[in-house]
Amino acid sequence: MTTTTPEGAASAAPAGDDILRVEHVSKRYGAVTALTDVSMHLGRGEVLGLLGDNGAGKSTLLKILCGFQPPTTGRILLEGQEIAFKGVDHARSLGIDAVYQDLALVNQLSVYHNMFLNRERVNGPLLNNRAMRKLAREHLDEMGIKIPSVNVEVAKLSGGQRQAIAVARSVYSNPKILLLDEPLAAMGVKEGSIILELVRQLKEQGDVSIIIIAHNYGQVLEVCDRVNLIQHGEITYDKRSAETSVTELTEMVVAEYRKALEERQRLGQHPHISS
Amino acid sequence: MLVVTVALIIYFALASSNFLDSTNLTTWLSEDAAPIMIIAVGEVLLLICGEIDLSVGFVYTFSPFVLHYLIDFYGFPGILALLVCLVMGLVVGWINAFLTVTVGLPSFITTLGTGFVLLGLVNTTSHAEPAQVPQTVVGIGHWIGNNGWSEFIWGVILVAIFHVILTRTRWGLHTVAVGGNLLGAQESGIKVKRIKYGNFMVTGLLGAFVGLQVAFQNNTIDPTAGGYTPMFYAVTAAVIGGTAMLGGVGTILGAFLGSVVLATLTDGFQIIGISANPLDIIFGGAILVAMIANVQLAKLREAGRS
Repeated sequence: MTTTTPEGAASAAPAGDDILRVEHVSKRYGAVTALTDVSMHLGRGEVLGLLGDNGAGKSTLLKILCGFQPPTTGRILLEGQEIAFKGVDHARSLGIDAVYQDLALVNQLSVYHNMFLNRERVNGPLLNNRAMRKLAREHLDEMGIKIPSVNVEVAKLSGGQRQAIAVARSVYSNPKILLLDEPLAAMGVKEGSIILELVRQLKEQGDVSIIIIAHNYGQVLEVCDRVNLIQHGEITYDKRSAETSVTELTEMVVAEYRKALEERQRLGQHPHISS
Repeated sequence: MLVVTVALIIYFALASSNFLDSTNLTTWLSEDAAPIMIIAVGEVLLLICGEIDLSVGFVYTFSPFVLHYLIDFYGFPGILALLVCLVMGLVVGWINAFLTVTVGLPSFITTLGTGFVLLGLVNTTSHAEPAQVPQTVVGIGHWIGNNGWSEFIWGVILVAIFHVILTRTRWGLHTVAVGGNLLGAQESGIKVKRIKYGNFMVTGLLGAFVGLQVAFQNNTIDPTAGGYTPMFYAVTAAVIGGTAMLGGVGTILGAFLGSVVLATLTDGFQIIGISANPLDIIFGGAILVAMIANVQLAKLREAGRS
């Protein structure tokens, strides 16, 4: 890492303001090092874009933050307290919720059953569908999510609507931190704008801090307060969105790419060695 | 589905004046439809959560033998022996679930294996000879399966109960979620394993119950009763009733109608005097036609929506 130095990865804000701090976290899978040394922080009510190319370590970091797997070294502080997640449920109970790319929605179930999956409202042994329908409707209206009806099967909705439902479901449990994994993946501009609008609303309400993980930063940049770039398992860049631009980010990634390409050409006599 | 069912019933009622007389009604609905219907309830639950049970027909074969051994060889009181038979069904279901969910075998393989084991147990212990229904339980047997309508009534009650469980309770919702999106269900914190264990055990229980019913009905315990035939009929009833083999979709009411359709075909063709030999050809054709109609209707519905 000689191209850039991390600009204040640990000094941009006083520690007391941060809801989440990650200090010198690394992750190895056997001989493979997925994360070298990651330090980052998330302010209260902040929207942080965690950007990086495929294989840079974004997914690994996400899995550590949502409690799916522990880091090899380093520590995580939640509201100033060091914490070791015992699992996804544990992280969730502490207020960290992830919306995964695969969405975790059940296509065959209605919107409201999905919204209340595993926390159904019941009347004795029976489901209280009427209450769930009403609450789902209210919650979605409140968040400005437009769908034809809460009774439709999720399979009948568009990608953007489904992503919105998934986010709405997470928000319903009042998380402190929301991790969005590639929320705009495989989505058209119009579809994506539904999600960006949703993030903007959540930001205005200010109850939740958000990390958006993405490799397509053009659209994401406009809703983020701050951007971190992750390359080769390290945070190599940390700037406020206002101080950066898509051009600058692209250049950094391209520079990285060019370097890798030159490296490969240098090893040209071994063409089977690829990244 | 309802249209097909009604149409078939009308057809056979017109073709033979005997079809709707009281003797045939009980043969048709109690003897033919009810066992398929009750086993289909279990298969629907399993198919929805992405599994299948091929062994349930052998639980059906084995359960009345267990009754016979316990009462005639070990002197168990009748009620207790009946309960042990049902528990046996639960245990087989638990073993199927253990091998499938915990050990990780595909349920198709698991239940193929346990089915064979059960068949071997039946033949070894009975020397492949039929047995008499023990005298002490003949009285209570009238309530279970030897009184004309009793099997059909049990069938309707069980269908109603499990229809409510599937469509109106958390258990049913979670069964659909597990089959629809296993990872998603896990991420929501649903106890996926518990759902599958439960549904395997329900299926075993229902298989054991049907075995007892049929033994009481025929007043004999037959080592060739049960087996693959009622199981495949039950799966067929579930599938023509709209249950998807891939999980996530299915209804108990559909399987109810499916079982009535199958029983109508079996009984109807017999009563209008078509020999049993070509019956399976008609049967197979009917299943294919029903499925093609289902697929086409679904496509039409899909097209109408978008």
